[in-house]
Amino acid sequence: MSQQAAPSRRLVSGNEAVALAALHAGVKLGAGYPGTPSTEILETLDGLGGPAEWAPNEKVAFEVGLGAAFAGARALVTMKHVGLNVAADPLFTAAYTGVVGGLVVVSADDPGMASSQNEQDNRRFAVAAGVPMLEPSDSQEAYDFALRAFELSERWQLPVLLRMTTRVCHSATALETPGYPVPAAKPVGFVRDVPGRVMIPAYARPAHRRLRAKLAEIAAWNDREGPNPTIDGDAGLGIITSGISFQHVREAAPEARVLKLGLSYPFAAETMRRFAASVARCLVVEEGDPFLYEAARTLGIAVDGKPEMYRFGELDVERVSRIVAGDTSPEPALPAGKPPELCPGCPHRNVFEALRDLDCIVTGDIGCYTLGVLPPFSAMDTCVCMGAAIGVGLGLRHTLPPVEARRVVSVIGDSTFVHSGITGMVEMVYNPPPTGHVLVILDNATTAMTGLQEHPGTGRRLNHEATSKVSFEALADALGIKNVRVFDPIVESDKIPEILREALGKDELSLIIARRPCLLAAGAIKVREKQPRAPK
Amino acid sequence: MPRSETTNVVIAGLGGQGVLKASDILSGALFRAGFDVKKSEIHGMSQRGGSVSSDVRFGSKVYSPMVPPGQADYLVVLAPSQVEVARPMLKPSGLLIDPGMVPEGRLGNKKSLNVALLGVLARHLDLADNLWHAAIRAALPEKLHAANLQAFAIGKTP
Repeated sequence: MSQQAAPSRRLVSGNEAVALAALHAGVKLGAGYPGTPSTEILETLDGLGGPAEWAPNEKVAFEVGLGAAFAGARALVTMKHVGLNVAADPLFTAAYTGVVGGLVVVSADDPGMASSQNEQDNRRFAVAAGVPMLEPSDSQEAYDFALRAFELSERWQLPVLLRMTTRVCHSATALETPGYPVPAAKPVGFVRDVPGRVMIPAYARPAHRRLRAKLAEIAAWNDREGPNPTIDGDAGLGIITSGISFQHVREAAPEARVLKLGLSYPFAAETMRRFAASVARCLVVEEGDPFLYEAARTLGIAVDGKPEMYRFGELDVERVSRIVAGDTSPEPALPAGKPPELCPGCPHRNVFEALRDLDCIVTGDIGCYTLGVLPPFSAMDTCVCMGAAIGVGLGLRHTLPPVEARRVVSVIGDSTFVHSGITGMVEMVYNPPPTGHVLVILDNATTAMTGLQEHPGTGRRLNHEATSKVSFEALADALGIKNVRVFDPIVESDKIPEILREALGKDELSLIIARRPCLLAAGAIKVREKQPRAPK
Repeated sequence: MPRSETTNVVIAGLGGQGVLKASDILSGALFRAGFDVKKSEIHGMSQRGGSVSSDVRFGSKVYSPMVPPGQADYLVVLAPSQVEVARPMLKPSGLLIDPGMVPEGRLGNKKSLNVALLGVLARHLDLADNLWHAAIRAALPEKLHAANLQAFAIGKTP
């Protein structure tokens, strides 16, 4: 059921705008895994009364969304850029199967890495998977493009990527509704389509051809009527841009003629060609990888790109001015701010002190506890991606000389363990290193880093209502890990060195769970445990 | 102030000081006054006690949500330790508003420093008090209204 409120004008973030669009589009399901800068989309959708849930990870979220879309329902799937790496497996083949109900996938990229381990440019995924991509540049477009994404997804029966970046997700700008008209939804129901959805090679081969035919159709449509406006200006300089870079361009070069690509894949080739031919010099201004630049050059369109130094970090008005001027002189360095740190009293602190004092080789993971790398702890040696603590730790154990191998400890948080650590634990029992291994789960009963979200280990859903609770120690027991120790890193802080020393001396597999709620979440957890919110 | 030009405000401090709440209130008051407003900030790692800053830009039409370095007309800093960190954001002719401008003894609750410094900023912006008050009420739970309206008044009164 679509619901559209009375006309209004408000100041909202891009994330809030996407949530509102999803609500107005009548999504039947919103799924994702928390990750900056995407997290608030599903939280806002839930706050508005829409259907929103956290999945164990982005791959599962995508698959649940795909199932909903197979049923003919509209679904929204949200994640940060690196989350799409995890969801890439279903994404690529969902482009073959296609969808019935609109499936919109939000990829929230983090150029400049305000809170990420890399600054990959997920526009590459649109090309690699073969899915259309919309790039909003402010909250109004985040709302309008989300609705357009549902419309395009249903018209061409393809998942659509809504690619946002930190400054679109987290900037508050004006949103007027009604905006782009809410497309009418189809009825929900199962229609069997075996060759369309069972991707055995015999069915997948024609599916790939169907996908390429759809993309060619969309490219032609994009040239005819895609959301790619030209802002007239001086014919001396033309700028092709997309997303947040458009906003910087309008300010840095107000006199320039601008082609703003809203549907930046499939490429509006003729639109770009005509635009470039209409100006004396055509420059592509984009954050991150030279994505549009390479596309234009491949199409034989004469454009200039930005100097390589502007591939790194976010753009802003100042940097765009420099790109326009071709200025490659060193940029002034701003003073470094105070780095973040583990909160005073954080239960992780005691564990990292012990790991440091025992001179462990610590393979770490993604979360607040990655801050264990900084002084005064300096107790982390690797951090790569969600779940890598376990696999990397095992690889070190397998290959280092025994005396060094016995110092290796894998450290992972509770939410990260559920996300991608369980398969690592299976690997640990399947291919145990000769020296055994020690896995530490820092269980603070929440997804702290992204703002205290629930996960399958907390026993509560996104909206904090009670549900089944995944027990890490029961999982370990089922896998046959004999040494399982659960302790409170605050109450039993004095025992931590001994617990670790004992496990490290065993040449066996050990799981150590340091269990103590995050200080910032403890109060709310207590209330929720006393008065569980019953399932609807 | 002339509406044709964009005015830039940067609010800086440490995680937990209410930098983002202050920028919510400021942008809310400006939006209520009919300006085009954009507010931009970084979440995530910054919440763990590190440096936090938020940009608020307003005028008749604002494009980029980010204040370029050296372009802030007003720099509001909540923590003395962050003044030098944030100073490069300020225009040479810009105004620095620091915690020293609200004598500590005058504030009932130190947690309201963010709103008190908005009061100091309000002396320089041509916005009616009722817009500020409405923005404060919209951004904070009801039990904090009285203390923060008072903090705003303390900052606003030289």
